[in-house]
Amino acid sequence: MPSHDFIRQLPGAETHFSRRTGFFHLIHLDFWLSMLLVLLMGFGLFTLYSGSGQNMGLVERQALHFMVASVLMALVAQVEPTQIKRWTPWIYGLGLVGLLAVLLIGSDAKGAQRWVQIPGAGIRVQPSEFMKLAVPMMVAHYLSDRVLPPRLADILVVLGIILLPAALIIKQPDLGTALLVSAAGIFVLFFSGLSWRWIGSFIGGVAMFTPVMWYFVMHDYQKQRVLTLLDPEQDPLGTGWNIIQSKTAIGSGGFYGKGWLEGTQSQLDFLPESHTDFIIAVLSEELGYLGVMAVLALYLAIIYRGLYMSGQAQDTFSRILSAGLIMTFFIYVFVNMGMVSGILPIVGVPLPLISYGGTSVLTLLTAFGLMMSIHTHRKMLSR
Amino acid sequence: MVSKELKDHRREKRIFVARSILAAVIVGLLAAVLLARYHYLQIQQYDVFQTLSDKNRMQLQSVVPTRGLIFDRHGRLLAENQPTFALTIVKERVSDLPGMIEELKHVVTLDDEALASFYKRLKQRRRPYESVPLKVKLTEDEIARISVDRHRFPGVEVEADLIRHYPYSDLLAHLVGYVGRISEKELQKVDEANYSGTQYYGKLGVERHYENLLHGTTGFQTVEVDARGRALRVLDRRAPIPGKNLTLSLDVDLQAVATAALGQFRGAVVVIEVETGGVLALVSTPSFNPNLFVTGIDSASYAAYRNSLDIPLFNRALRGQYPPGSTIKPFVALAGLNSGTISASTRVWDPGFYQLKTDSRKYRDWKRIGHGWMNLHDSLMESCDIFFYDLAFKAGVDTLEDYLARFGYGQLIALDIDDAKTGVLPSREWKKKNRKQPWFPGDSLNMGIGQGFMLTTPLQLAVGTMVLARKGDWIMPRLVQGEGDPELPVTPTPPRVELENEDYWDLVFSGMEAVMHARKGTARTSAIGAPYRIAGKTGTAQVVGIAQGELYDESKLAERHRDHGLFVGFAPADKPQIALAVVVENGGGGSKAAAPVARKIFDAWLVPESRIQTVSEGKPNAIP
Repeated sequence: MPSHDFIRQLPGAETHFSRRTGFFHLIHLDFWLSMLLVLLMGFGLFTLYSGSGQNMGLVERQALHFMVASVLMALVAQVEPTQIKRWTPWIYGLGLVGLLAVLLIGSDAKGAQRWVQIPGAGIRVQPSEFMKLAVPMMVAHYLSDRVLPPRLADILVVLGIILLPAALIIKQPDLGTALLVSAAGIFVLFFSGLSWRWIGSFIGGVAMFTPVMWYFVMHDYQKQRVLTLLDPEQDPLGTGWNIIQSKTAIGSGGFYGKGWLEGTQSQLDFLPESHTDFIIAVLSEELGYLGVMAVLALYLAIIYRGLYMSGQAQDTFSRILSAGLIMTFFIYVFVNMGMVSGILPIVGVPLPLISYGGTSVLTLLTAFGLMMSIHTHRKMLSR
Repeated sequence: MVSKELKDHRREKRIFVARSILAAVIVGLLAAVLLARYHYLQIQQYDVFQTLSDKNRMQLQSVVPTRGLIFDRHGRLLAENQPTFALTIVKERVSDLPGMIEELKHVVTLDDEALASFYKRLKQRRRPYESVPLKVKLTEDEIARISVDRHRFPGVEVEADLIRHYPYSDLLAHLVGYVGRISEKELQKVDEANYSGTQYYGKLGVERHYENLLHGTTGFQTVEVDARGRALRVLDRRAPIPGKNLTLSLDVDLQAVATAALGQFRGAVVVIEVETGGVLALVSTPSFNPNLFVTGIDSASYAAYRNSLDIPLFNRALRGQYPPGSTIKPFVALAGLNSGTISASTRVWDPGFYQLKTDSRKYRDWKRIGHGWMNLHDSLMESCDIFFYDLAFKAGVDTLEDYLARFGYGQLIALDIDDAKTGVLPSREWKKKNRKQPWFPGDSLNMGIGQGFMLTTPLQLAVGTMVLARKGDWIMPRLVQGEGDPELPVTPTPPRVELENEDYWDLVFSGMEAVMHARKGTARTSAIGAPYRIAGKTGTAQVVGIAQGELYDESKLAERHRDHGLFVGFAPADKPQIALAVVVENGGGGSKAAAPVARKIFDAWLVPESRIQTVSEGKPNAIP
């Protein structure tokens, strides 16, 4: 095969093209990342069976989500990064149109408009979820053609790219997603070499902006979530119920856990949302601290593999996009595990690839598809 | 676009690598924060959350014992536990309580009173997920309607409950009493653990006195529950011990006869078995329906009872305090004989009045023209007042008080009756304390014929007569056959009433027999045709003034100003089986109003034919 010949022609240039990973590389997948993701998804199905109250139908549907999303990941991985970069403005623009459509003709779900019906197609899409990919792509696209580290004018443009969709998402209202979308864009900015002076003033700005958020942007239920984090006991049967029950589930798991399907908090319905956002509490209760360490190790392995892959990327667009995406993935893990254990306020963030839900699986695996495309389409020489 | 500066790819790569390393470190640190947090929850705070988790899923439930049944001496059921269905609500499982209750109103009828008591009970201390009854005694119809709409009302349950029922209703209300919803105050008196699930508590009569025995011992079970409070399985269970069944000395037939004999009159009858001291009948008329009180009486019915001039809630047999009138004379006679004040042959001239040398006041006999020369026998037979004035004057208050006390007057002597009044047995000290006056000789005269300060309850009169029939040999009057509640303090049985000469008993008895059977006896018309001999004594108590709280009503006033008729007696006279006391309020004299009532009771007990007849009329629900 040509690639083998290529290696022999250039000894010592890139040594990681081993025999084992060769085939994967050929089909534009990363062996280690794929293995880790399959392991995580298997672990997810296993936990979901318990967290859903042994609902096999639900587990099968999630498995179907995994399969469809994996196919999509593989397809995305085939696309050349240069093509991706070319289409990025169009993807971003489409996302903005979608967000506007949600505000104008969106349909309600739990008091917030997040979906838009595609006429004739009979499917609903969630543009805010789409933006979790489109925003970092657009930021990377913009910055890749600038002199880095970015200057003030560029920073302002990037902030515009981030804040325009974020503002539209806040309008829905969905503060949690808006923050995650913004985080994805800001990570890309961070990897582009944003100077520490700007990072410092950014943190200062956030600190100053917080009171403004509290009084003018946040809804009562969002404020309530923050207050509940500070003192869940003030309303143990109302808003505090979730956090008290999830902490009880986690704590009562101990080191070894109560055993799979043996968690009393999870199986007797004391734990709310046990198959979606709070699934880590099920895992903690039934598999104990040991299980928590195992799943966190798996996540860290994926993240470090992702960071390593980003480091291998050959152009700025690929590099900062890939790193931004993997850091966003980490933020999901951190925010979810933090909120369920009571160190962060409750925002609707699922635990990646373990919580039930098709949309999140689709977005995450598409992101990994982008990263794999970047990693497997490298030329042998830096540009 | 073309930048003014050239892009420095090496520099960008260098910056990126530095940033990546920094990001990796931040990821590591934040992951460490998460691990520390989970370590804190799962390892350091494990015990705390383990306990919380167990508290969540395990619920200690009390299993209420079934209350003991109450039977009469023939095994007829007087108080039973009927299964009923109640609509209950678990507050924790209802999100919008007022809204749901509004909805429920379309399904079952709910009056404001039931709602008020529901909200009141909701405020009381209770365990989480404990259901609170909203409506008791659902009809079949209502149960069906709720079952259909069940899904609309999460947290609403139809619960089976055992509710106390008194099949004889009014007939035994004053004796058996009733249970009602346990109050906060009562909860403080009892063993909290044993009453943790109990809803009812004895409020009156036998139900109250024997609460300890009837209640039984509460069992417990540990149940695993889910978040909605549904019990999934029983982890551990200690069975309850049901309450003890009680058998009373009471004879329902005799009670019915006595109640019927009083007819429309307000009054009281107490019948005691002479051999055992067991109460055979305890009647107070009018009575009330105890079943209304079990689950809470509605205010209209309660107001009707409260406002009735006849005060049906008042137990006349135990708490009605009447001047004994001439029914006290047999006891006064014994005091006179044994103290040597009189003898069998003592004679007194009765001109129709009695006068003290120190006093111009004339103490009248009931017979205006007087009885002439009277001895003890005739004075009892004809109820001559002058003889007893003379006796009382000569014997003095101290002697009278001493002897009357020996028969239980002025005290409450009974094994298991605790709501009774003690009456008044006057003495020098009593008058000084209560009237701030010294004792006058005239007071002794009134005491000698059972008027003046002296007050007795029908129970005391019946007990005194029972002791008299036993020739002074005390036995504790009791409602329940057997020993009573071993945990309650026992009043010691009073000592035997010893007389100098046993003949004194027969002397008094023959006078009392003459009351019934002699040509001039005051109650002779009530003994005509009796196939057994009766010893009795009639009495008449004057009604003074209008009782407090009564309205001034011309027609009622005349009736309520009539004398109370009293009667005490025992039969058969030679070998007494039963002793009784009868009070007929505003019935006129004792011979006219009270003695006929007594005769019917004696007949019912002593004449086999009449007895068979009444038993067959009784309710056929005897339980072996």
